[in-house]
Amino acid sequence: MQLLYFGWVKTRIGKGRESLDPPAEIADVRTLVEWLKQRGDGYQSALEDLTAIRVAVNQEMTDLDAPITVGDEVALFPPMTGG
Amino acid sequence: MIKVQEEDFDIGTELAAMTDGNHAVGGQGCFVGLVRDMANAEQISAMTLEHYPGMTEKQLASIEQEARSRWPLQDVLIIHRYGRLEPGDRIVLVATTSAHRDAALESCHFLIDWLKTKAPFWKLETSETGENWVAARDSDDDAADRWGSDAT
Repeated sequence: MQLLYFGWVKTRIGKGRESLDPPAEIADVRTLVEWLKQRGDGYQSALEDLTAIRVAVNQEMTDLDAPITVGDEVALFPPMTGG
Repeated sequence: MIKVQEEDFDIGTELAAMTDGNHAVGGQGCFVGLVRDMANAEQISAMTLEHYPGMTEKQLASIEQEARSRWPLQDVLIIHRYGRLEPGDRIVLVATTSAHRDAALESCHFLIDWLKTKAPFWKLETSETGENWVAARDSDDDAADRWGSDAT
């Protein structure tokens, strides 16, 4: 699974992209995030406040309840600030 | 048309290219966003825009389609820059053409409001105190919301 991070989520985690193989029982973004938070202080800090996290799966905006599977591209980021 | 690019753009050239040879156009709306030198009373020396390549183009194309479905438009142009910019630099150009001014101006306003909150860009400000990610503003959400339902 491809994971992408942007904005301060990237800064806190310390990288913008990584390829991970989460356990098979992780079937949605919310449980993926909980699993990521166990990976270290950077993840914990980045993903502490879920109300500040926006989610895209395969480059489409969605939410924490979105289902995910092995080959997906999952992006976690703060609210966007375009324009 | 959508362009996501690092380099600057020439406003005159871009606007002229949209209307050249198209005499059905009666009006053109245009908005240019620039980097300001102040943020929360701090002097800004640079602003670095990060984006999500691939998704950015999709989101902007989707926003363009939404505008075209709401107003009778001849053409839409969105140019959004990324990378390191300095105060005074152009960030974004939104331009629309239509037979009449209302459609051109309203759709232009709609597009800039929507891409503030729905285009995957993030701004990092550099000031004398260090680097700071720009927080999304509720007023930008409100501005986007007043155009109605979220189709993206």
